[in-house]
Amino acid sequence: MAECHPVGFQWVMEAKARGAKVIHIDPRFTRTSALADVHVPLRAGSDIAFLGGIINYVLDQDKYFRDYVVAYTNAPTILGEDFKDTEDLDGLFSGFDPESRSYDGGTWQYEGMEVQAASGQRDQEYERRTGSGAAVAEAGGGESHGSGGARIGEGEPERDETLTHPRCVFQVLKRHFARYTPEMVRQVCGVPEEQFRQVCELVTSNSGRDRTTAFAYAVGWTQHTVGVQYIRAAAILQSLLGNIGRPGGGILALRGHASIQGSTDIPTLFNLLPGYIPMPHAHKQEDLDAFVQAEAAEKGFWGNMRAYAVSLLKAYWGAAATEDNDFCFDYLPRLTGSHSTYETVMAQIEGTCKGYFLVGQNPAVGSSNAKMQRLGMANLDWLVVRDFSLIESATWWKDGPEIETGEMRTEDIGTEVFFMPAAAHTEKDGSFTNTQRMLQWHHQAVEPPGDARSDLWFTYHLGRLIREKLAGSTDEMDRPLLDVTWDYPTKGEIDEPEAEAVLAEINGYDAEGGPLSSYEQLEGDGSTACGCWIYCGVYKDGVNQASRRKPGKQQDWVANEWGWAWPANRRILYNRASADPDGKPWSERKALVWWDAEQEKWVGHDVPDFSPNKAPDHQPPEGARGPEALSGTDAFVMQADGKAWLYVPAGLSDGPLPAHYEPQDSPFPNLLYGQQRNPARQLLSHPDNRYQPSGDEPGAEVFPYVMTTYRLTEHHTAGGMSRWQPYLAELQPEFFCEVSPELAAERRLEHMGWATVVTARGVVEARVLVTDRMAPLVVQGRTVHQVGLPYHWGPNGYTKGDAANELTHMSLDPNTHIQESKALTCDIRPGRRPQGASAVEYVREYRRRAGITEETGTG
Amino acid sequence: MGIRTWIDSWPTYRQLSGDDPLGRGAAAKSRRSDTLKPRVATADKVVKSICPYCAVGCGQNVYVQDDKVTQIEGDPDSPVSRGRLCPKGSASLQLTTGNAREHRVLYRKPYGTQWESLDLDTAMDMIADRVVKARREGWQWEADGVRTRRTMGIASLGGATLDNEENYLIKKLFTAMGAVQIENQARV
Repeated sequence: MAECHPVGFQWVMEAKARGAKVIHIDPRFTRTSALADVHVPLRAGSDIAFLGGIINYVLDQDKYFRDYVVAYTNAPTILGEDFKDTEDLDGLFSGFDPESRSYDGGTWQYEGMEVQAASGQRDQEYERRTGSGAAVAEAGGGESHGSGGARIGEGEPERDETLTHPRCVFQVLKRHFARYTPEMVRQVCGVPEEQFRQVCELVTSNSGRDRTTAFAYAVGWTQHTVGVQYIRAAAILQSLLGNIGRPGGGILALRGHASIQGSTDIPTLFNLLPGYIPMPHAHKQEDLDAFVQAEAAEKGFWGNMRAYAVSLLKAYWGAAATEDNDFCFDYLPRLTGSHSTYETVMAQIEGTCKGYFLVGQNPAVGSSNAKMQRLGMANLDWLVVRDFSLIESATWWKDGPEIETGEMRTEDIGTEVFFMPAAAHTEKDGSFTNTQRMLQWHHQAVEPPGDARSDLWFTYHLGRLIREKLAGSTDEMDRPLLDVTWDYPTKGEIDEPEAEAVLAEINGYDAEGGPLSSYEQLEGDGSTACGCWIYCGVYKDGVNQASRRKPGKQQDWVANEWGWAWPANRRILYNRASADPDGKPWSERKALVWWDAEQEKWVGHDVPDFSPNKAPDHQPPEGARGPEALSGTDAFVMQADGKAWLYVPAGLSDGPLPAHYEPQDSPFPNLLYGQQRNPARQLLSHPDNRYQPSGDEPGAEVFPYVMTTYRLTEHHTAGGMSRWQPYLAELQPEFFCEVSPELAAERRLEHMGWATVVTARGVVEARVLVTDRMAPLVVQGRTVHQVGLPYHWGPNGYTKGDAANELTHMSLDPNTHIQESKALTCDIRPGRRPQGASAVEYVREYRRRAGITEETGTG
Repeated sequence: MGIRTWIDSWPTYRQLSGDDPLGRGAAAKSRRSDTLKPRVATADKVVKSICPYCAVGCGQNVYVQDDKVTQIEGDPDSPVSRGRLCPKGSASLQLTTGNAREHRVLYRKPYGTQWESLDLDTAMDMIADRVVKARREGWQWEADGVRTRRTMGIASLGGATLDNEENYLIKKLFTAMGAVQIENQARV
């Protein structure tokens, strides 16, 4: 955190100054470790074993927060009899189909839920038609719940508040994690038992009524074939300890781009519509009602999904969207499986995807398996790159690595390339959503220079031109483009669209065009329009709430008059859980919101994340639906049962509980189960995307070291905003690898000299940094070395170097389609890498030596 | 110069006698540095902004003089950052005003070996033509007998460095086009 989010880290140091203990768990010793009380180096790719070990400690030693767990989590909920755990099936859950490599989660349900009623509406033929199983076909289903959990069907789950029923979640959890012992943690993670126990004691002694513990991760946790389950493991732990919805608690994703949260909320993502409404899949005769029925929850705020969806369609298609035409629901394009960025690369290589826009992203060095990215771009008809400088994704056709090796010739590449200079944040109005869900407005200071334009300008005028070209078309395929509302006011000499007018549409308006103030006003009858329901209220009273800037010093510690956080300016989600079931704070020290019996409403420091007048003892009337079905203790208001999920009955592609699987490429066999890798992980087969043998498989010894990638304080992601800045280039001037003195001795690597790092995908050279910061670990009885590579570099800019992503592969988490770039295996040799054609031959020779075929690593 | 002024002009004396024993503030000032003014002092305006790098969302003050950005500093009012910026945020001035930025449209013909220049309006018109064509060529009313109403001919990547309003328009336009392959850095 001190490396990647140094200014945010000041608050960790404030907490430390007030007595907090800081634990840093990371394969490398960083600036964070230097300031932490405890640094725990562990093997990259073993976090579920580590977190599972803490969960086991909490359950075994009765360290969980019982009152919280019983009231606010699904620990008491009883599961159906058909559910089989990894304990029963040696690493698989029930419902796995090896052929499609996917799960049917039907047996994961709660007892008493009528799942058939819901799935009966769904398209039973879908899986057969799309030729793949539910997990990949219903792509990104897990991720589409970025704001609350999946639907769980109809009915009332059965509960046992004594937590003793053998099929209650609590008992299932106990059995599932029993094998995650300190001994197992030592064997799998390389963490000594004594140090592991110290972490367990620190975390548990700092959780409960009076104290809370927070977990912070930079998004490295997501970059695994089991990434979602890493975070699930932390969620289980934090829920057991009562650390969710309370000040000082939570699981904090420290994200890497200014508005990466915003670009997920208002998604430029294939599987989502704004506000985490899923993109519809191609089902037979699915109309809006069927779509809503299949996706909306019976209980909680997702019960009102129809209002959110109709209001979005009204924002998109305005007057053209009417009750009679299903509010233009048919205008939405349909998915047939995953269309993530990695599938798009495959589609480019296959030749179906012909045109590509790159908007402030640099996949030629920034995406996993960079070569595949360039192969895709070389097969396009046209490419538009919008950026500040000539990044690698703009220039690969004349100076990319394949030109150097002779695999491609510039004269043979047919891709037409447009480089369109982008405006900077100082040259445009707009809002970023930071990693705490807070929108902050940045004001335009100057006009953009030359041809530089904002993406608002580019998109608006591109849309305008396309609509002009298609004007008068009677072709049905053009209707959605011609009917879309596209009449934004513009200003100035360059006709820049008014960003605030777009914000007003995102916020939403009523039938008279007046701004809405809350998503609770949204209707499903077409009388309201709203571009992103969770952002409704950001333009309350016609005032840009995101630009509020009451100085922090003039506010209390919540500071809720600075910017605006979704939903409804709540700063801590699910904060009803900061009070006990009776509505009193668990302790004065940790008071956040509470029930005021006299005023008959929830009050406190933060905006209550609960219906303001719903009393703690409220019981919903029989047959209530949506938010009305939530009781006074259903604190997790977005969840279909109002509870924090220790166990996930629906919505995940790879199991209801986290289980440790080894990374796609690993030097070790899986000690915990017979199943080596995440059985539902997504693989993309291509000769340039080969996987490596693992564990005891022959050839694994060719790539004996663990490799991990990471960031540095002085650079930003793939470098497009930092390698061109002289200050930053001077601070971190060269691509390097970090190795331990022991590994340096083993491989004769010289400090400040060169090393060649190689995998089945590619080869790079890097300066060697020999340092105790990369400590060797003892795993499964033998020493394993880890090689650390920052991934900021590429051949362009002031500071140049090979890209770490030449080494990484495309093997994806099945829920999020995120690649495993945090835990791989490699070989490392002294000296510079081969140049030109011999570099290609060098990698081929490694593949031959390791016996790699298209089957390798796919089991 | 009187003796008093002479002694007071001696930094070591001021360091020992004044309230700056480490010599890092007033004691270290020379007559010249005493007269120096920060470059932000003459700014025409200060514009409130947010750091464009990571997702912490540090507040920035953007100083403008003669319609040029002259300095970018941390905003002390921000309850997130309290005026601090990291090395990247502190380099925002170079990011926005540095000479590594391209200010003109560049164009590479199919099979071309060099960049060529192109007028912005022409480029926009050419791109619009290509979108219309690729959209039509990649159009699918149906896939495997089920209505899809989409084009597989066009994809877009990027959005995490953009504003919410920009992402909103991109998703809206591309969805209306029927394009589904819309992705950003959240996936990596």
